[in-house]
Amino acid sequence: MDVILLQLLNGLDKGGAYALIALGLTLIFGTLGVVNFAHGALFMLGAFCAVSLSAFMGLEKVTIDETQMTAWGTPLEVRTPYIVDWFGSAGEFMLDFSVPLSILLAIPVMLLVGLIMERGLIKHFYKRAHADQILVTFGLAIVLQELVKAQFGANPLPQPAPETLSGAADIGMALGFDPHTVVYPYWRLVYFAFAAVVIAAVFAFLQFTTFGMVVRAGMADRETVGLLGIDIDRRFTIVFGIAAVVAGLAGVMYTPILPPDYHMGMDFLVLSFVVVVVGGMGSLGGAVLAGFLLGILQSFASMNEIKSILPGIDQIIIYLVAIVILLLRPRGLLGRKGVMET
Amino acid sequence: MTTSTKTDTLLLWVFALATLFGPIILAPFGAGYPDLLQKFAIFGIFAIGFNLLFGLTGYLSFGHAAFLGVGSYTAVWSFKLLSMNPIPAIILATLLGGLFALVIGFITLRRAGIYFSILTLAFAQMSYNLAYSVLTPITNGETGLQLDQADPRLLDTAFGIEYGAALPVSSLFGLDMNQTWTWDFMGWEIQLNAGFYVCAVVLILCFWIAMRIFRSPFGMMLKAVKSNQNRMNYTGLNTRPYTLAAFVISGCYAGLAGGLMAVTDPLAGAERMQWTASGEVVLMTILGGTGTLLGPVLGAGAIKYMEQIFSAFNKPELLDFFSFLPTAIAEPLVSVLALFVGEGWHLTLGVMFMLIVIFLPGGLMEGFNRILGLFNRRRGAAGKHPAKTPAAAE
Amino acid sequence: MSTFSINRRGLLKGSAALGAGIAAPTIFPSYAWAASYTNEPTGSSVTLGFNVPQTGAYADEGADELRAYQLAVKHLNGEGDGGMLSTFSSKVLKGNGILGKKVEYVTGDTQTKSDAARASAKRMIQKDGAIMITGGSSSGVAIAVQGLCQEEGVIFMAGLTHSNDTTGKDCRANGFRHFFNTEMSGAALAPVLKNAYGTDRIAYHLTADYTWGWSQEGSIKKYTEQLGWQTAAAVRTPLGAGDFSQYLTPVLNSGADVLVLNHYGKDMVNSLTQAVQFGMRDKQVNGKDFAIVVPLYSRLMAQGAGENVKGIFGSTNWHWSLQDEGSKAFVKSFGQEYGFPPSQAAHTTYCQAILYADAVERAGSFRPSAVGAALEDFEFDGLGNGPTLYRGFDHQCFKDVLVVKGKENPTSKFDVLEVVEVTPRAQVEYGTDLLGCNKGPFNDGA
Repeated sequence: MDVILLQLLNGLDKGGAYALIALGLTLIFGTLGVVNFAHGALFMLGAFCAVSLSAFMGLEKVTIDETQMTAWGTPLEVRTPYIVDWFGSAGEFMLDFSVPLSILLAIPVMLLVGLIMERGLIKHFYKRAHADQILVTFGLAIVLQELVKAQFGANPLPQPAPETLSGAADIGMALGFDPHTVVYPYWRLVYFAFAAVVIAAVFAFLQFTTFGMVVRAGMADRETVGLLGIDIDRRFTIVFGIAAVVAGLAGVMYTPILPPDYHMGMDFLVLSFVVVVVGGMGSLGGAVLAGFLLGILQSFASMNEIKSILPGIDQIIIYLVAIVILLLRPRGLLGRKGVMET
Repeated sequence: MTTSTKTDTLLLWVFALATLFGPIILAPFGAGYPDLLQKFAIFGIFAIGFNLLFGLTGYLSFGHAAFLGVGSYTAVWSFKLLSMNPIPAIILATLLGGLFALVIGFITLRRAGIYFSILTLAFAQMSYNLAYSVLTPITNGETGLQLDQADPRLLDTAFGIEYGAALPVSSLFGLDMNQTWTWDFMGWEIQLNAGFYVCAVVLILCFWIAMRIFRSPFGMMLKAVKSNQNRMNYTGLNTRPYTLAAFVISGCYAGLAGGLMAVTDPLAGAERMQWTASGEVVLMTILGGTGTLLGPVLGAGAIKYMEQIFSAFNKPELLDFFSFLPTAIAEPLVSVLALFVGEGWHLTLGVMFMLIVIFLPGGLMEGFNRILGLFNRRRGAAGKHPAKTPAAAE
Repeated sequence: MSTFSINRRGLLKGSAALGAGIAAPTIFPSYAWAASYTNEPTGSSVTLGFNVPQTGAYADEGADELRAYQLAVKHLNGEGDGGMLSTFSSKVLKGNGILGKKVEYVTGDTQTKSDAARASAKRMIQKDGAIMITGGSSSGVAIAVQGLCQEEGVIFMAGLTHSNDTTGKDCRANGFRHFFNTEMSGAALAPVLKNAYGTDRIAYHLTADYTWGWSQEGSIKKYTEQLGWQTAAAVRTPLGAGDFSQYLTPVLNSGADVLVLNHYGKDMVNSLTQAVQFGMRDKQVNGKDFAIVVPLYSRLMAQGAGENVKGIFGSTNWHWSLQDEGSKAFVKSFGQEYGFPPSQAAHTTYCQAILYADAVERAGSFRPSAVGAALEDFEFDGLGNGPTLYRGFDHQCFKDVLVVKGKENPTSKFDVLEVVEVTPRAQVEYGTDLLGCNKGPFNDGA
């Protein structure tokens, strides 16, 4: 029983991440009709916002200690972060909380990246074939990740969660299990909650604001909205920015779980497309539903009991589910007719 | 756009000659060595086959690498079990690639658009993941399937061919595929390689078949599917058999390419089936010019050339190259350029994708057509032909 | 190469069959027989091929390997401080290149993919005339390139490859490995684990689902079960899984008190980071402290796991904090050149380059069979691992193995591991029949 519960938690946690990445992707699809292969790169850029902030806050004052030597015979450098040097324990606290603090950096940066990308590049590709969109965004993704690699190297860079959130919570106790049977890392619980909040915020924004109403109308029938004299293009630009922010935030908060490296966007690219398509192209609810569904199924498929019957099932479960769902439901779980079918 | 048989014949001849003289033509560019020439031919075949599906029907498959992988595994198994002769290996690889495509195509072609793409991607990724792990007894997993002195090679044994203690080499009735003749030609070392010429002959054949398909009623039907499938369906015509046929043919091409990879280099690894490998052929095709005959081959050549030649430069070489400049200029110049070569060659690739798709939507072929167009226009201004905008396709 | 040459083997056989005349007779000039083996150096220089991952997950390791090679080339050509040449027990290298020929090099990107690695190795052999290929950061690539070098007739000096198969099932006469393997890791780790954790333990393995992972799992199981440990389960995880939570949670209540992570590279960084997040380092099971073991450590990758490596045991081929003369000389030379200490990948590749050059010098020829014979059963010292034997039977180096532990109080970002024990060579040696190597004859090419 505790095993099942833990796998369910794993599934929800994974699902949160999948949903968050897929949400922006499907938003771009639904509004702009663009197949964005650079979406993984946006996720990666978000993660590197966290890396940059901690690197920036970790900038060190170097004093050279002539009395000690390194193993290769140069004087030892003693390093203290400026921020600790200046602010003392407040500085230490900021260093400790650098990942959550990175959210504040990631929002403006990712918004800007999104706006520049849309205005500078994507705008010119609305009317082009999907294959062209794929090629240009894939090229952009490679350029972005190579630039990150040139700056930060190829190795993963650890971004620890704040000290108080780095342990695991004994959540089983509250549910009547024996102590220490159902423990779950605080940070993963935080991530799940964070994903839920962001997803709710995006939905609320589209559902309850005038801006959201226009965007939804534009998704349904762009031409008519344009004829009504509404500048739909500018709104769609902002939508692209929002999608970039969502992807970036997903990246920032994922860094303590997955030490980021320049290639992490590509690793998530295929998966996020599968999630979007299983959910139904352009369907926000579908993306969220598919994210959680695939996350949970993947967790359960990895259990020893199931793997011993079907070896290797955990390797292919996501794709298998995608195939079955697409064959049973032609437009994914919640897809609308006519989106991306030609 | 109708093309006369005459132009086609000319194109075929030019293509064949360019292919056969490849080792000489490409030597000045540093690409005239056997392995890269073989890769040009093999990926050319792969991309031509992919284009038969994507260029004609518009169905964008993201899983073609799976067929290539199947072809490679089949060919290596044919070497291990039957004979080191490439002919059975190539035939079996083509057939199995096609068979695999038939099964996958039958399922995936129920859907169109991006749904089709994701279905093919899913199948290919499943094949890759399984080949890498649980199917290791068949594929030898991470290490890749290799030859062994102790392989049975039933046909070879039956004909009394022995390979001794060394590892056998694939050999076409005594002509070893890795055999190379080199000679000095105007200061360049020309390497003529047996394996390359096998690939080149197959490539020319494949090009000819593709040309026949493009011009056939079947090809017209496929183009009609691309332009408006609904209309086709409304006329009461079931398009599925046509698209399935195109899918299987392109699967055969991929299997054949995979088989040739094993012929020139008898090793088959699971990475050949990864989604990035499928993506590569998509990029080759779009880069060269989707729906054109020559484009995919050019795209394949461009990407493989970049991969080998750009990744080979390193900083000391660059410094050496710019040593004629004063250090104050050479140093910063080299540090900027170093971003694009050696370990940064992916950056060049990414920039090239973007530039080409932004400025040449029809791929490299459009670039050539534009240059030809400029030439024609200049001549046209003097003569009687009005200037004509070159079309992207064909 | 500007001479006329015929440079592939099997020519006799092939040219007879070819009589019909596919090639024009002008291609067969009379002095075509000048080269008697692949890429025989004829000028005043010799070209080595450095095939390292420059893109992909191991790009940083590849970059470090390349630095080490460049350093080795400098030292061979008599530039710089000579590094380990001064401590190496063999004294035939004089800093005037190899056999008086200046050492030059070409580089290639393996992309950590067998196909790409073979393609770039072929480019270096066929186009650039490399006489020897070396490098790499994974066993799949090492085995693929080793096979290629056997076919082409050049020597392959493997880089970082830890699978038993490289010098076991998939060994080749032209291939040589300085790095250790999973068998040695198991033999070296077991006594240390016994001292630290006792003989009554239950282990749970998470294993990367490919050949290296399986081989690692097998070795650790074998040696820990000899100690009296039990194995609760051994679960295979997909390569590049990213999030390992679904494999980690079953460990919590399995009754196991040791988690063995048979992962390398990014998989290791991720699974270790996540295991620590699940509280496994601070856990108590069966009245004992729960322990995590990472059988193969890489200092570069351990940096990626940050704080999480503290107190966790593993094995490694070499570490820059070693205090023997060879290691000190190498760290000094490398550190002064680049400003940071070398990794184990850099060390093994530097050694391989030096060992190759030394063997050529002793053989008096670049001919692969002669160089190979000089390397076989070669005993040497002074390259940082104590007295070492290049065993002739399977071309595997036998030397001391380091057992390391994540350092509790690192003084710099490079100082993440501390050496716990240097397991002597005698303890990690194994018989020639264990891994079933059948390497075949040397191939000189042309």
